Amino acid sequence: MRNDDRIPGRLIAVEGLDGSGKSTQIHLVHQWLQGLGLRVFFSEWNSSELVKEATRKGKKRQLLTPTTFSLIHATDFADRYERQILPMLKGGYIVLCDRYMFTAFARDAVRGCDGAWLRNLYGYARRPDITFYFGLPLEVSLGRILDGRPSLKFFEAGMDLALSPDITESFRIFQGRVMAQYEAMTDEFGFTRIDATRQIHDQQEVVRDFVAERIDLARFHLRARP
Amino acid sequence: MSTHRCYVQPPPGVNPAKLTGTLIVLEGPDSSGRSTQVSMLKAWLEQQGYAVVEVGLKRSPLIGPELEQAKKGNVLSPRTMSLFYATDFYDQLENRIVPALRAGYVVLADRYIFTLMARDLVRGADPAWLESLYSRAIVPDAVFYLQVSPRNLVERSLKAHASLDYWESGMDLGLSHDWLDSFVIYQRRIRAEFAKLQQRYGFEVVSGNRSARVIQQDLRGRVGRVLGNGGEQKGAQR
Repeated sequence: MRNDDRIPGRLIAVEGLDGSGKSTQIHLVHQWLQGLGLRVFFSEWNSSELVKEATRKGKKRQLLTPTTFSLIHATDFADRYERQILPMLKGGYIVLCDRYMFTAFARDAVRGCDGAWLRNLYGYARRPDITFYFGLPLEVSLGRILDGRPSLKFFEAGMDLALSPDITESFRIFQGRVMAQYEAMTDEFGFTRIDATRQIHDQQEVVRDFVAERIDLARFHLRARP
Repeated sequence: MSTHRCYVQPPPGVNPAKLTGTLIVLEGPDSSGRSTQVSMLKAWLEQQGYAVVEVGLKRSPLIGPELEQAKKGNVLSPRTMSLFYATDFYDQLENRIVPALRAGYVVLADRYIFTLMARDLVRGADPAWLESLYSRAIVPDAVFYLQVSPRNLVERSLKAHASLDYWESGMDLGLSHDWLDSFVIYQRRIRAEFAKLQQRYGFEVVSGNRSARVIQQDLRGRVGRVLGNGGEQKGAQR
């Protein structure tokens, strides 16, 4: 996972539990950078058109094992990475990723996949210049999801792990384990922790300050040469 | 009855020690006569009283159809293709091969991880990355590599299909505008990768430059020895 410094682009990823508010935050960053007139590109986890159908089918029929679940997401990532993320980075864009390889490291490890195997699987991909981790107490994230959207999906709730026959209970246990994985990765990958219990606007301010401090934004102006 | 192991460690939820069946792999390029040999072996083994399951590549219900579509479009990067195939492979490993081995079947695999690795290596994949990717595969009881000279392959391919296959000619690699030239160069490279894989994973090379009947006799002898029933009774006579 060595980064090539000749690549002019910069990569920002957000990670965190469902209900941590990370998608809202990266959306606001996107708006901000666009408003500044910068070259910016947004990519979302599990969104490659080619792989979508297979993923949908596998999930619907509950056909996936921990290994194929992991591989199908790795395929989706490779497709997006090689066709969009990497070319954009080479072309001098700021690339924003709503979830990156760390989502796979956390979820797949909970499903029993080996950490070294997972790190190899994504080993070719560039590490983000900034990874924001939106941390919050488990109960708060659970509350946000369970209050707002009562219908949980099978794999999202970790039902394949047979943690509990009750889907809500399964979701609680699964999310708790995913969180433990994230916490354990914080130092390994140098996550920048954001307190996700704060007001959305306040979090965004911290995020923007950090981005502006770490990345020379003027270099990414549409009028500037990459 | 032997049990099994995986190259590095098993996929989550798989206990290789409980797999009492026998996994036999036949590798070889298209038009090497590989699939014919597999069906002949299957019939022979069943006549001998072995329950047989046949598996191959690109047959998983999970992504088989998507793979076919992607191949036609030729729009996936080599790495995406590689991972697509790996997903297909592990889906079949966990949902077909493992249950069959657990139930004591003889599993005949019409190609296995070695074909997948050789194809990716020719396309510049990192060997360590690939090795780790497939490190959860079950170590077969035997791997036979049906080796056919590129010249013979061309002849058989043209005879069977009156054309050369785009992928089997490595046309995506831009080796030559001439399909025949590209086919020969590509097949030589695949063969060179197989030779390296053979050093590492140790499989038996079987000459495919012979008649189907002679190859089958040869294979029966080898398979019989793996099954420990002295397949020589029927197998070894030429």
